[in-house]
Amino acid sequence: MSKVHVSTTINDDTVEFLCEPHQSLLEVLRENLGLTGTKEGCATGDCGACSVLVDGRLVCSCLMLAVEAEDVQLTTIEGIAGADGLHVIQQKYLEHAALQCGICTPGFIVATKALLDKNPNPDETTIRYWLAGNLCRCTGYDKIVRAVQASAEELAYEA
Amino acid sequence: MGGFAYLAPTSAADALAALSQAASAGTRTQMLAGGTDVLVQMRSVDKGPRTFVDVKHIAEANALHIGDDEVFMGAAIASAELNENAELKSMLPGLIEAADLIGSTQIQGRATIGGNLCNSSPAGDTIPALIACGAVCVIASPGGNKEVPTEDFVTGVGTNVLQPTEFLVGFKIPRPKGKTADAYLRFIPRTEMDIAVCGAGVALTLDDGGTCTAAKVSIGAVAITALVVPDAAAALIGTKVDDAALAAAAAASSALAKPITDKRGTVEYRKKVVGVLTKRAGAIARDRAAAR
Repeated sequence: MSKVHVSTTINDDTVEFLCEPHQSLLEVLRENLGLTGTKEGCATGDCGACSVLVDGRLVCSCLMLAVEAEDVQLTTIEGIAGADGLHVIQQKYLEHAALQCGICTPGFIVATKALLDKNPNPDETTIRYWLAGNLCRCTGYDKIVRAVQASAEELAYEA
Repeated sequence: MGGFAYLAPTSAADALAALSQAASAGTRTQMLAGGTDVLVQMRSVDKGPRTFVDVKHIAEANALHIGDDEVFMGAAIASAELNENAELKSMLPGLIEAADLIGSTQIQGRATIGGNLCNSSPAGDTIPALIACGAVCVIASPGGNKEVPTEDFVTGVGTNVLQPTEFLVGFKIPRPKGKTADAYLRFIPRTEMDIAVCGAGVALTLDDGGTCTAAKVSIGAVAITALVVPDAAAALIGTKVDDAALAAAAAASSALAKPITDKRGTVEYRKKVVGVLTKRAGAIARDRAAAR
């Protein structure tokens, strides 16, 4: 079976890759492109560890074929931090101890970025529903919710 | 047997040509919309090679027209996008809520109502909602477009009327006129992120005096396909959709339901709950209609 050539944009860089037609975007990010920040949890769209942004929209990269990334703008966890250090969201997750083992964390941070880009001042219920597709077995979620609230406050302060 | 391949046609004509060509070559094809069911199934139940035909680049399947008499909703529009359309959400709140009940934020970024119907699960949440609001499926076919009422689309568990050379382009939905509104409710034992134990969609029209002049009721996850409940609609028409009428509609849904017992619920439980949902969805649809 011949491989497919895909041109896309990942974290503002033009990227070209070859992949099998049935390979997931997650597999190509990790195995072909070395972007291992995006994690595989369930590979069935239930856990959100593989969350990325596709044209600004939050999706599970395990439920997308890599060939579907042609001509889209992808943002992965590697694209969240700026040149001058961690993103506010990453900093707040650290300060609030919103992680333990860390496997779910890239997905949570990407999902938080998507939420705050769309809704800079979400209430707690909105945060909990938005993040319901991201599973964390360590924290019990409360510290994550606090980190998201603190991120929203800090970003509003900066704006 | 061949391997995997991927096609992204940009028109319905190109998609139909690709499907016909594959059919005559004996190549298996798989229509791909959001992929949230297709990719999971490809990795678990059926790993066989196939040619994916992506509908997301077909203009017709991405179209959304809100006309004076009819709404056309393309099959490839992600549910998150539908949910962000304030006009559509206020016009067909039941249908959009049904789509919004399915999966997480991530899933809704990809999943489509068209895909939910084509997956043809007995528990697909948008199916009773589509039926209740009178949606007609527009199917691209080598002989021209075909139109099939949603209640006739699904033929069994995971099966539907689509031929290998056809695909679902979108839905024609009558634009709600006057005091007409819809509602959909499902029951799951947790807050969200689960598959319906049962569900009920109701659309109804009231006259200026608050009397119901038209109604359609559909129930899901209580038979191999979503069911239309004519007796429930009949119980509402001609009434003020008061408690007695809603109780009669609930009894009609419970009577028609033919559920199975599985890990999500027993036959007795599902029959009872689907009646309760019919009653509650009917009351929501009534209040929405009265407010219009």
